[in-house]
Amino acid sequence: MKLKKGIPVIDQGNKLGFWGGKFGGNFVPETLKKPIEDLEILFNKLKKDKKFISERDKYFKNWIGTPTRFIKLENLTKHVGGAQIWSKVVSDANGGAHKIYNATVHCLLAKRSGKKIICGDTGAGYAGKMLSMAAKKFGLKCKIFMGAKDIKRQQPNVKAMKKNGAEVIPVYSGSQTLVDAVSECMRFWVANCDTTAMCVGSTVGPAVFVRICGWSTSQISRELKVQLINEFGSIPKKLKLYNCVGGGSSSFGFWNEFMDLDKKQCEFIGVEAGGPAKSKKHAAPLTYGSKIGILHGAAQYVNQNSDGQIEETESISAGLDYPGISPLHCFLKDVGRARYTAASDEEALKAYKLVTKYEKLRPSLEPSHAFSVAIRESKKLSKDTIVIVNSCGDAYKDKGILEKKFGKKYVKPN
Amino acid sequence: MLNPISTAFEKAKKEKRPALLTYTVAGDSSKKQSLDILKSISKNVDILEVGVPHNTPVADGSQIQTSAYRAIKKGIKINDIFRIIKDFKKYDKSKPVILMGYYNMIYQYGENNFLNKCKISGVNGLIVVDLPWPENKNFARKCKKKTIYFIQLLSPTTTRMRLKKIIQDSHPMNYFISMLSTTGGKLKVSPKKILQNYNKIKKINPKKNTVIGFGITEKTISKLKSADGLVVGSAICKEITRSLRSRQNAVINVSKLVEKLKNKIK
Repeated sequence: MKLKKGIPVIDQGNKLGFWGGKFGGNFVPETLKKPIEDLEILFNKLKKDKKFISERDKYFKNWIGTPTRFIKLENLTKHVGGAQIWSKVVSDANGGAHKIYNATVHCLLAKRSGKKIICGDTGAGYAGKMLSMAAKKFGLKCKIFMGAKDIKRQQPNVKAMKKNGAEVIPVYSGSQTLVDAVSECMRFWVANCDTTAMCVGSTVGPAVFVRICGWSTSQISRELKVQLINEFGSIPKKLKLYNCVGGGSSSFGFWNEFMDLDKKQCEFIGVEAGGPAKSKKHAAPLTYGSKIGILHGAAQYVNQNSDGQIEETESISAGLDYPGISPLHCFLKDVGRARYTAASDEEALKAYKLVTKYEKLRPSLEPSHAFSVAIRESKKLSKDTIVIVNSCGDAYKDKGILEKKFGKKYVKPN
Repeated sequence: MLNPISTAFEKAKKEKRPALLTYTVAGDSSKKQSLDILKSISKNVDILEVGVPHNTPVADGSQIQTSAYRAIKKGIKINDIFRIIKDFKKYDKSKPVILMGYYNMIYQYGENNFLNKCKISGVNGLIVVDLPWPENKNFARKCKKKTIYFIQLLSPTTTRMRLKKIIQDSHPMNYFISMLSTTGGKLKVSPKKILQNYNKIKKINPKKNTVIGFGITEKTISKLKSADGLVVGSAICKEITRSLRSRQNAVINVSKLVEKLKNKIK
């Protein structure tokens, strides 16, 4: 297994859609073979089409608002006393998180294919909120599948989806979280693929969805590359990119443009959700050595029992609360390009408290996981090391959880 | 030796009726009850499909999901399922049994181990919902070596080119999905239209037995009589759920339902 240089990682899969010969693929019911093939043909054509790309860039710029800020966290850096800590504030994007890139591209594709309805899954509610925004923008009817447990804990995003005219369908099966929402969304697509487009909310699912999502979120690293050169004159010699990893869409997008750099120059650190410190349950298949299995159409490392039943996860952050992980990250782990570790619920909360104390930045619970590890490791790093954390979501959606933990003062409105 | 699945189709053809296939989930609502159900319906059924419950079933509707979750909650394991099949075969040796499930369960067990266990327990065919063609080529070949049929699924969305290729590679039995739906959906296409699609598939190779499944109930089954075989699954799972809720005997109720189904296609 080898990472090739000069070829986008999303295009490094084999004919059947497997990265490294074993991650990804298309483990789907026969009914979905044709719609998936149609989507593949369309995407492969359009991603080389200059007109389509300029259309995408137009919406990214004027509607999503690119580039998002790249800022130095001066106070936090001083407090930690090691490496320079910077942040790519992706939560600046319209809607407050990176999910908007994938949602926009899927709606553009749906329009091109003549579909009138788009369905999607959501965990933290960001993927759903963004899809509802994009669907409204492009005149598509929108259905969002969301676990009943997540609906309860991410109310601000649920309200936003409904306001945008989307139908939010609660999923009561299984653990009532993201994994069940994705299953239910795929089931809906199986039954309605003739009229409906599906948007998978992360770099997971059948291979083409992994590729579309990775292609879309790569906007983050395209911007960052320019910003780094503007700031430092060239790509810094010691660069470390920290990102939380649930399904893996923001981290992949944050790293993609730097893939070909030597990892000694630019290291990728993926932070999974370790769950509550006292619990055995987690959402960190790469960190805790889960076995390869099939989930939602793709082979990946996934939390499961010996029989192959998918195990329930536990994390304070709904966006990371997923038993599997993108095939792209399985591949990056096995070829040694990225390093993966986990932060517990408590560590993420502590990091949130610290960041908001020192900076005018309000990372949601997902990037707070990444901040936790970045802060811990920065202490031991030299002052010329540039640590960048992708603050890929805003904490407004976590209001309920944070107020319960810390009281009102920690979540100020925008 | 001829696979008993083929014998079952021959028998039904002699009686000028489609073969009746039922689908029940192993371990629903308990290991013992699912075995008792198989035994009690066996006389009216030509081929028994036994579901391997999985907790992220992407192609199953709510009825089968309910049955699967019920079985998993009771702690059913793959080895229990093989034991149920083995015990059933002691009761009715010649009745063909097909296991239907999702690929991860087979993958974790190991393809070869799984097939050996199938052979020992008396499994005659396999349907793997999320292992489509051509991804299933290798595994299907392994099945053939063990004289276990790997049953290919065909859907209304399968293109003609693809149908030809799949059928060419297929074993003597195929499964046509009646409509765009998860299991147990309401029949949203007319039986006439379903049979039109079905006949197109049959023309490609008339020798291969092709059954129709998804959305077939007591009400619709007689309208599809001209097929080689018809599968009823969700309607049976629903009957188990109903029986449990009203504290009635699920074995007796399912047995009665299957008898009615059989009478409708005689």
